[in-house]
Amino acid sequence: MNKNLLFKALNNPLSKAGFIIIVVVFLLAMLAPLIAPYDPDDINVKVILIAPTWQHWMGTDGLGRDVLSRMLFGGRISLLVGLVAVGISTVIGIILGAIAGYYRGWVDTVIMRLVDVMLSIPSFFLILAVIAFLTPSIINVMIVIGLTSWMGVTRLVRAEFLSLSGREFVLASRALGAKDARLIFTHLLPNSLTPIIVSSVLGVAGAVLMESGLSFLGLGVQAPQASWGNILTDGKDYIQFAWWLSLYPGLAILITVLGYNLLGEGLRDALDPRSNLK
Amino acid sequence: MKYFAFLNKQLTNRNAKASSIFLLIFLVTACGQQTQQISTQSLSKTYPTQPGGTLIDAMLGEPSGLISMIAGESASSAISSNIFNKLLKYDKNLDLTGELAESWHVSTDQKTITFKLKPNLKWADGKPLTSADVLWTWHAVIDDKTGSPYASDFQLVRSAQAPDALTFSVTYSEAYAPALDSWAGLQVLPKHLLENQDLHTTAFARKPVGSSYYQLDSWNTGENIKLSRNPSSVLGQVNIDHLVSRMIPDTSAQFLELMAGNLDSMSLDPTQFSRIVPARPKLNKTLNLYKELGNSYTYMGFNLKHKPFDDVRVRKAINYAINKQEIIDGVYLGLGINIASPYKPGTRWSNPDLQPYPYDPAKARALLKEAGFIANSNGILERDGKPLSFEIITNQNKEREKSAVLIQRRLKDVGIDVKIRAIEWASFISRFIKTGDFDVVVLGWSLGLDPDQYNIWHSSQQGGDKFNFIGYHNATVDKLLEQGRVELNPDKRQKIYHEFAKVLLEDSPVIYLSAGYGLSAIHKRVKGIIDPIPAAGVGFESEKWFIPEPLRRNEMNAN
Amino acid sequence: MLNYIIKRTLWMIPLLIGISLISFFIMHLAPGDITNNEASFNPKTSAESRQKLRELYNLDKPVIVQYGLWLKRMVKLDFGNSFASHRKPVFWQTTDKDGNVTKGMIQEALPITIIINVIGLIITLVLAIPLGIIAARKHMRWQDKSITLFNFIGFSVPGFWLSLMLMYWLGVANDWFPISGIRSLNHDSLSTFGQLKDTLSHFFMPVIIPSVTGLASITLFVKSGMLDVLHQDYITTARAKGLNEHKVVYTHALRNALLPLITIVGLSIPGLIGGSVISEQIFAIPGMGKLFYSAVMARDFPVVMGILTIGSALTLIGNLIADIAYAWADPRVRRGVIKG
Repeated sequence: MNKNLLFKALNNPLSKAGFIIIVVVFLLAMLAPLIAPYDPDDINVKVILIAPTWQHWMGTDGLGRDVLSRMLFGGRISLLVGLVAVGISTVIGIILGAIAGYYRGWVDTVIMRLVDVMLSIPSFFLILAVIAFLTPSIINVMIVIGLTSWMGVTRLVRAEFLSLSGREFVLASRALGAKDARLIFTHLLPNSLTPIIVSSVLGVAGAVLMESGLSFLGLGVQAPQASWGNILTDGKDYIQFAWWLSLYPGLAILITVLGYNLLGEGLRDALDPRSNLK
Repeated sequence: MKYFAFLNKQLTNRNAKASSIFLLIFLVTACGQQTQQISTQSLSKTYPTQPGGTLIDAMLGEPSGLISMIAGESASSAISSNIFNKLLKYDKNLDLTGELAESWHVSTDQKTITFKLKPNLKWADGKPLTSADVLWTWHAVIDDKTGSPYASDFQLVRSAQAPDALTFSVTYSEAYAPALDSWAGLQVLPKHLLENQDLHTTAFARKPVGSSYYQLDSWNTGENIKLSRNPSSVLGQVNIDHLVSRMIPDTSAQFLELMAGNLDSMSLDPTQFSRIVPARPKLNKTLNLYKELGNSYTYMGFNLKHKPFDDVRVRKAINYAINKQEIIDGVYLGLGINIASPYKPGTRWSNPDLQPYPYDPAKARALLKEAGFIANSNGILERDGKPLSFEIITNQNKEREKSAVLIQRRLKDVGIDVKIRAIEWASFISRFIKTGDFDVVVLGWSLGLDPDQYNIWHSSQQGGDKFNFIGYHNATVDKLLEQGRVELNPDKRQKIYHEFAKVLLEDSPVIYLSAGYGLSAIHKRVKGIIDPIPAAGVGFESEKWFIPEPLRRNEMNAN
Repeated sequence: MLNYIIKRTLWMIPLLIGISLISFFIMHLAPGDITNNEASFNPKTSAESRQKLRELYNLDKPVIVQYGLWLKRMVKLDFGNSFASHRKPVFWQTTDKDGNVTKGMIQEALPITIIINVIGLIITLVLAIPLGIIAARKHMRWQDKSITLFNFIGFSVPGFWLSLMLMYWLGVANDWFPISGIRSLNHDSLSTFGQLKDTLSHFFMPVIIPSVTGLASITLFVKSGMLDVLHQDYITTARAKGLNEHKVVYTHALRNALLPLITIVGLSIPGLIGGSVISEQIFAIPGMGKLFYSAVMARDFPVVMGILTIGSALTLIGNLIADIAYAWADPRVRRGVIKG
């Protein structure tokens, strides 16, 4: 990524906060095996649904498992789902967008019509249907979110390619006989990377929310594996009683998504030439 | 409101002002609904029986129609059973008694049953209800075009006659013990309204005319179904005027509605029952809690066609290795019991001499050793280089998922590696159960009152869509099940099923995990509920329930 | 302009066929059909009856044949009948020979979802436009920053979690709003004003939650549009001419800043329809989302297909209207400076 861009973005206190949030959340999730006070799968039927105490900072769940430990380990799953799903959509988006923007002609038409088709189907309906029909699992959730959210990146990359390919340095290297692949990978792609990164950061926020929504409907990450979405789902029937089961995962999702959104918008602002106008 | 005042100051633009006024109107009109509070003292008083009032409950899904022989789902029969009658019903002690039938008689060769209907029965529209209606209903249920999922019991009837308006008789090719139970399940439909109609498309399914306590008042798709008292009910008059079933698809929302006092009854899960309601004084004062043993149980079933589950020693070892009491305490919060036969404990079909497998990991280890399993370097048992490792699949049911997690932990203790997967229902059935592509399932059976379990355990019921999907095959069990089907003498039948349960327990094709209590909460405004709960359940004789006038909802008086 | 509209409308046909093809094959990707519901897992039911049902609905035929049958019906705009709901028509009402009218499932569900979303959208706009203007005028000051933060929190909060919290707070802990459904049981016996009040109070929570979560993007949009416009030459000129600042902001700048909003609103339609699934499930609202979820769970293929087709068609029409409205509203396009 463009270093200047990140620095510029971090000048803004809101995006700085977003950046710090994400770093902290990732550290906590990565260090889960070291800092989790209990084994997240360790059942103890004698301490079912205990409110937060000094032994269990975030209380226990319906099988007496420590919620804090499950939150830390569940965070790994939730963050992973977000990253992989967006990774998939970004890769697909870049490939299709690059093909459409570079080769143009009928390939471009076909790809862009496919984009139109995909954008016209209410995406949550599509995701819901696919997941339900494919049987829910972490892998399927990641793949399906990825496969249904690549259209934005495709449009972005295509537009960048279209505008870049008219620039002098591209025309020059083409005149010098550069091969397609070389042109794409050394000139066009690196120059369109920044907007892709911005859209991906915002995409992760959407994917994390999507996972929690799917889990809420019972179509997300499946028990006994912990994710923030399904800890919350476990607790939803007792929201007035075992509030710790819904409050903490809800806050964790909120804070993480907030972090991504703040950082993403900060990057977008820094990228936007208009923000220099003031 | 300060916030909006602040906005208004900022905006001089007329449009913006107008739109914030719109918003204010929305907020103001939306605010402040009032419900009347009934004092808790008046709830605990005793009242004389009086008719009137409305009872509100909730359901998760919408019935597809109210002809339950076609609809099949429980939401449909829950409503339609208030509208239609059956020939027979179960009494307080779960013995059969007449509903539309005044009496019935079984011939000496046990193949013919003759029902005598009560005189002067009438449909809600005033037309007489006669044996011709029963005969027509039988024709409809066995008709291929109807495609009723419940047809098989009735297709065994070789011939049926209605010689006069009050007599209906059926003849079976051979004696069929569950026959009477089946006639206690078939809702009789009006011939004069349904003749020459396509049962699959008829408007009758959403505008039924029945003969029982209630008739349909209105059906608001996706919102609620309202029933009102049928003044010409063949069973006499019911106390409560209206029954309303609201469709609330989310269980958490249902419970919030119960807490807010907008539902009168709801079935609860163990946590709600034993932790939440007792801990809240407000709920405690307004709700009565009921628990009753249902005809259902949770089990862990082996795919007997897969190795090593074909080995009875392995099945028994796993049975000994699972701590069922822990499941009852941990998953059902103590609201369940340990069982040893596939029948409701305390009923005549349940064999009182049988004892559940105790929790005995040492015995489990010994049996596994005997079966040739030796621990490998990871502590997992192995035979012929193959580790004892399998996947438990279950549908998305919280209790079953939790049970599986507890099983996983206990089996790990004896060196068995278990993975768990919870799958959404339709995929679960079509991809795993129907194809036999599974090792171990955690599932439950909800059974009827007749002890016949031919469809579940008989070796002929394997494959395709049939219910012996675990592939159980035992010649003794097959024979007992066949005998039980043709034996109408209850004492002899009892012996047969006691023996059947004994063989089943010894063979351990499934592990009985627990029979959970059915838990429900009913608002204290509802009076006349039989206490203690009879064998037939808390809902028995709900026609005698009543809601005293001072305790009725304000909003409903408007009706 | 007319040519453009006709061309765009004709384009919708191949797009809809593409959408239906994708939807249909996804639906048949995995095993499972209407005969696999929980009710049929009852030992009293027979395997033969399930097979017969499958034959009746052509579920035993190859997927491509089933698609052909579906398409053949669709040409006549016949969406078919539900498998799971007593053969209710999927789209529009039918009348049988005795004059009984059976309402279509989408016919009943769609207006509810549309009303809720339109009210939600209006609230979002009513809040977002002033917030965006304030944020732009007080750019980088505390007002801007707190609006931004507030919006971001709204944008990042899981909607269903917020719904449950609000249901408990506004419906159970305090008796201010009804928790679920779209009207009270005694709705019909209320006065007209009472009915309006009853409906609005039921809509309050389902409407306010998507409004709060949707606020951020629109506010941001208005803000950046305003910033953009406020720095343009004609605004500077207007200010230089000594025009009243309010007049500058609200008559000149705002109109131009709001133009692109038309497109954003048009593009947000699929998201709004899709987002209704969880909210309608929680609040027990008989709209498109709840209908879709139960149809997916029951493998009620004609209903799933019907909703996907109608939902997509609405999206396409929404986009078309947005484009036309944009062209109509933008004087540059109207005058033919920019090609539409």
